[in-house]
Amino acid sequence: MSTPAVDATGLTVRYGEVLALDGASLQLYPSRICGLVGMNGSGKSTLFKVIMGLLKPEAGTVRINGGTPARARKSAAIGYVPQSEDVDWSFPVSVHDVVMMGRYGHMGFTRRPAKADKLAVAEALERVELAGHAHRQIGQLSGGQKKRAFVARGIAQGASVLLLDEPFAGVDKRSEATITRLLREQATAGAAILVSTHDLHALPALADEAVLLMRKVLMHGDPHTVLRPENLALAFGLDVLGRNEES
Amino acid sequence: MNLLDLVIEPLGYGFMVNALATAVTAAAVCAVLSCWLVLIGWSLMGDAVSHAVLPGVVLAYVLGVPFAIGALLFGFLAVGLIGAVRDTSRIKEDAAIGIVFSTLFALGLVLISVTPSETDLGHIIFGNLLGVSKAELVQILVLGALALAALLLWRRDFTLFAFDATHAHAIGLNPRLLGATLLGLLALTSVVALQAVGVILVVAMLIIPGATAHLLTDRFGRMLLIAPAISVACSVIGLYASYYLDTASGGMIVLVQGAVFALVYLFAPAQGLLGRRIFASVRRRRAPEAGTSAPEGAGPGS
Repeated sequence: MSTPAVDATGLTVRYGEVLALDGASLQLYPSRICGLVGMNGSGKSTLFKVIMGLLKPEAGTVRINGGTPARARKSAAIGYVPQSEDVDWSFPVSVHDVVMMGRYGHMGFTRRPAKADKLAVAEALERVELAGHAHRQIGQLSGGQKKRAFVARGIAQGASVLLLDEPFAGVDKRSEATITRLLREQATAGAAILVSTHDLHALPALADEAVLLMRKVLMHGDPHTVLRPENLALAFGLDVLGRNEES
Repeated sequence: MNLLDLVIEPLGYGFMVNALATAVTAAAVCAVLSCWLVLIGWSLMGDAVSHAVLPGVVLAYVLGVPFAIGALLFGFLAVGLIGAVRDTSRIKEDAAIGIVFSTLFALGLVLISVTPSETDLGHIIFGNLLGVSKAELVQILVLGALALAALLLWRRDFTLFAFDATHAHAIGLNPRLLGATLLGLLALTSVVALQAVGVILVVAMLIIPGATAHLLTDRFGRMLLIAPAISVACSVIGLYASYYLDTASGGMIVLVQGAVFALVYLFAPAQGLLGRRIFASVRRRRAPEAGTSAPEGAGPGS
């Protein structure tokens, strides 16, 4: 395959005494959606933070589109959809404002939107079916609409690497279908997409590949294979045969 | 005596004109800054920095350098110390803030007590609106204009930082630098407001206007207009009230701000405790003829 969009090797991250990532390696390729599966505390959010450069790993390296993460950030290549808990929904911004924030990397230092920025925002809102809600305060949307607004931000940004942390948590079926369709379209257009999710049933329809994470990458491959019960048991610390195995 | 005379009479005194100019400048700059502080959750940080600048201001006075330099130095020192205590011990942030700012404030008090000075440095603590000199007014206007210009120029970045610092980082901005800039502007703004209401009450001007405006609108752009408008009006009313009632001007200004916040808290159309009920029942009665009105149209006066 071509050069990976994200090439993370040997990532180790420690929070005090707690080992969050232990030599995790992951490659993401353009035009592919990768589902990230693991229990709470398996290091999913930490992995996102390291890829974005928010956290410096104790060991390991990250390359994005063949360059440094800093360069990728400067060129607005990385789009991020946060978990719902990480957003202040009472913040006085409209849906339109939030999507426009995706364009900031393309603007001058006062972030005054040009015609191209307004067009990109309008088009992204149209694609996530929120054009009619553009002027609502962000907290007035339903759970699924909120997620779509942040996906629209990544689309308006034109990010070539999209990172989504639990985009299907608290989301209705219609929004889930819309988000899945949008991500497939972005992948077709060339984006490399990493999605963490607990919704294992929907994963094969969404993702081209899946990753089992438990501080390190236990398995990376076809979703159907990765999601076999005996493999899930590895990541979730359960034993399908009923034995209780604590490690 | 009619209303116009009531307004004009105090302006016959030069000290009242200076006081008014100082109060209005401080109110406007503090209010604009407060919009970000209340949304980031930095109200306590505002409290801390505005108190912690005291020793810096006293030392600047002793050394004969601009107050702003001392304030900036000690503002950053306070933030640095708070971060250090929080990150390198089991002490939580609110306790770290309390320890650092009260200690620095105490240092300021001690420095004042040993500093012989012509002007009473105690004025820094409670403000001395009626004693603002021409030279001091010029300094206030220059600092105020600088802080306001910086805030407005980078307003979109500050808002992004306040709303989603992770995204700011992901698209190549520097959230740490944005935060530090905002804190620097906070220290600068504290100096502007010192003269008006004093170190102790600066925090009121740094929190109340933004909080009041947040209850009145769902748009950050409108907050940036509503907060200073309310704050300036409160300052003018407070100053006149202190003139006629012969009360402390700094205290009066903050009292009026607090009273206006209480009114908005109760009667704001969409967010007020009573206001949303009143508004909802009015809308119900009007609904048949007026059709539906959007809930987000809850700006002031709508």
